[in-house]
Amino acid sequence: MTTHTRLPLPGPLRELFHPPETPGVLGVFSHLDATLDAIKKLRAAGHTDFTVYSPIPRHEIEDALGQAVSPVRMFTLIGGIAGCSVGAWLTLWMSGDWPIVVGGKPVLSVPPYVVIMFEMTILFGALSTILGILLNSMFAARRLGTIQYDPRFTNDKFGIFVPAGSDKAANVETLLKGSGAEEVRRG
Amino acid sequence: MAEQRTTTPPTRVTYDYVTRTIARTLGSPSKGYFLLLGAAVALLAVGIITLLYLLRYGLGLAGYSHPVYWAVFITCFVFWVGIAHSGTLISAILFLFRSGWRTAVYRTAEAMTVFAVMTAGLFPLIHIGRQWYFYWLIPYPNERGLWPNFKSPLIWDEFAIGTYFTVSTVFLIMGLIPDIAAVRDLATGWRKKLYAITSIGWTGTNEQWRHYTRGYLYLAALATPLVLSVHSVVSWDFAMAIVPGWHATIFAPYFVAGAIYSGCAMVITLLTPIRKLFGLEELITVHHYENLAKLCLLTGSIVGYAYVCEYFMAWYSGNPHERAAFWYRAFGPYWWASWTMIICNAFLPLLLWVKKIRTNITALFVISIFVNIGMWFERYVIIVVSLAGEPYEPWANAVYNPTWADWGIMAGSFGWFFMWFLLFVKNFPAVSISEVKEVLPPPTRQPAPPRAGAKHA
Repeated sequence: MTTHTRLPLPGPLRELFHPPETPGVLGVFSHLDATLDAIKKLRAAGHTDFTVYSPIPRHEIEDALGQAVSPVRMFTLIGGIAGCSVGAWLTLWMSGDWPIVVGGKPVLSVPPYVVIMFEMTILFGALSTILGILLNSMFAARRLGTIQYDPRFTNDKFGIFVPAGSDKAANVETLLKGSGAEEVRRG
Repeated sequence: MAEQRTTTPPTRVTYDYVTRTIARTLGSPSKGYFLLLGAAVALLAVGIITLLYLLRYGLGLAGYSHPVYWAVFITCFVFWVGIAHSGTLISAILFLFRSGWRTAVYRTAEAMTVFAVMTAGLFPLIHIGRQWYFYWLIPYPNERGLWPNFKSPLIWDEFAIGTYFTVSTVFLIMGLIPDIAAVRDLATGWRKKLYAITSIGWTGTNEQWRHYTRGYLYLAALATPLVLSVHSVVSWDFAMAIVPGWHATIFAPYFVAGAIYSGCAMVITLLTPIRKLFGLEELITVHHYENLAKLCLLTGSIVGYAYVCEYFMAWYSGNPHERAAFWYRAFGPYWWASWTMIICNAFLPLLLWVKKIRTNITALFVISIFVNIGMWFERYVIIVVSLAGEPYEPWANAVYNPTWADWGIMAGSFGWFFMWFLLFVKNFPAVSISEVKEVLPPPTRQPAPPRAGAKHA
């Protein structure tokens, strides 16, 4: 079974994109309800930092995991406010830097500047949202380490990876099998 | 209930079927594909040669004659920006409305948006005359320390189009990442390497989805007001001036409706050959076409209403210049352009009230092409005919006729657009894999209880 494609990367990037391996157990599931069962059982057994793979986002999985709302929204908010301020500063300061009367209108006329402020709000908001997604996903990946993966997870299978040392792995294996995992691998 | 049943996909459409069907579109190109790509590149070559002539001999080669200095290039600019709009409508606005049918068509529409804005962006650069000074558009002070005039709608337009291009590009790429990961896991050879890099380590973990879905929601929420603002700003390029035929408060909503209308027609025009070429009949069904046709009908009716409104306001305002401008539009030397626009945009879409036509893909394809033509003429009529008429400057009337240089650049723009679009659909998933799966029932051990209104469907 092939695992995740590995690209040869130079030093600092390797550190960032391929963190050290985490030992644990990977279960492959064909059914959503079986996956949800396993998540509930794992949480009841006190596991917290396990990873669920799914080909699509499902609210059921989110609810079963009881995850907090993603901090990406703060990135959007801060980016948007920053963009609006930059738009206001850009237009007002540039108009004031060389005051020139155009069409008999005031040098600092705010209504037309709202257009620039609006566009900058959207631009900065969108870009910082992207940054938020990238950074948060990267932090999560660094925290979890390099974990087992199966290429079928982007197609039609669900998966759960539970980090576990050799002492706990057997217990986790039985738990995953008991909730309907088709395949269980140790790595 | 009958409506419900037609939307339910056949049972053999499973997660695996979706992934494999869409991944198959990335295989070796067929002869038909090369034929289309060759035609696009040939058109682009025409455009490049014309551009070289324009660079060498100047804008005098185009048909400009006083007072018509905004002509086919600006018409094409507005046309392509308009085409872009329905992509964002389908990918962002319908996403916020949770309409399930968008999933099968939104990637094509979104790619169309990016490439249409790329095409539109070329026209102001060609139009400025001394093309090598294009960087004067960037807000920086000139040698006297003067900054750009932020009271001018042209600088608003630059900010709006720049933002629109950036945001729609990142939105497209964001949506692509999980799908590239899905094709990465099936691909071999150089494609596997390409997709391994471009999927930036996507594996579909709960952490990735958690941040991704939130971020996507906010991107959609930002793109929604953006798309409405962009064509409003484009319309203000005209409405802020005092030329009769341009100076109307109705312009912003009129342009936005027209933009979405032309874009939906272009989506139909683009989807039809792709669906055939790539064998996507089971993913992109008549149901999707019918919904696109309904969007066309809605926006087309708004456009038709705006036409009536324009003429009514010209008469009701009692302003002799405004009246003369609209009389010139309908019965002057450009009557053929005005009536092409009215017949293609306001009358032809009325056929879409008939369900038989709405569900007939060939008929829709033909209508969509006429709408594209009509919408191009709408911009031509607004820009060229209003300027040529200019009855408040009676000594400055001129009948403008486009020359080979105008047509050459326009042909080149179509080649440029179709070239990028065809390259995209062959190298990246042209239909969203993960989002099509989202509207399918998930695989479960026990059959899920039937729900009256599915959450995402």
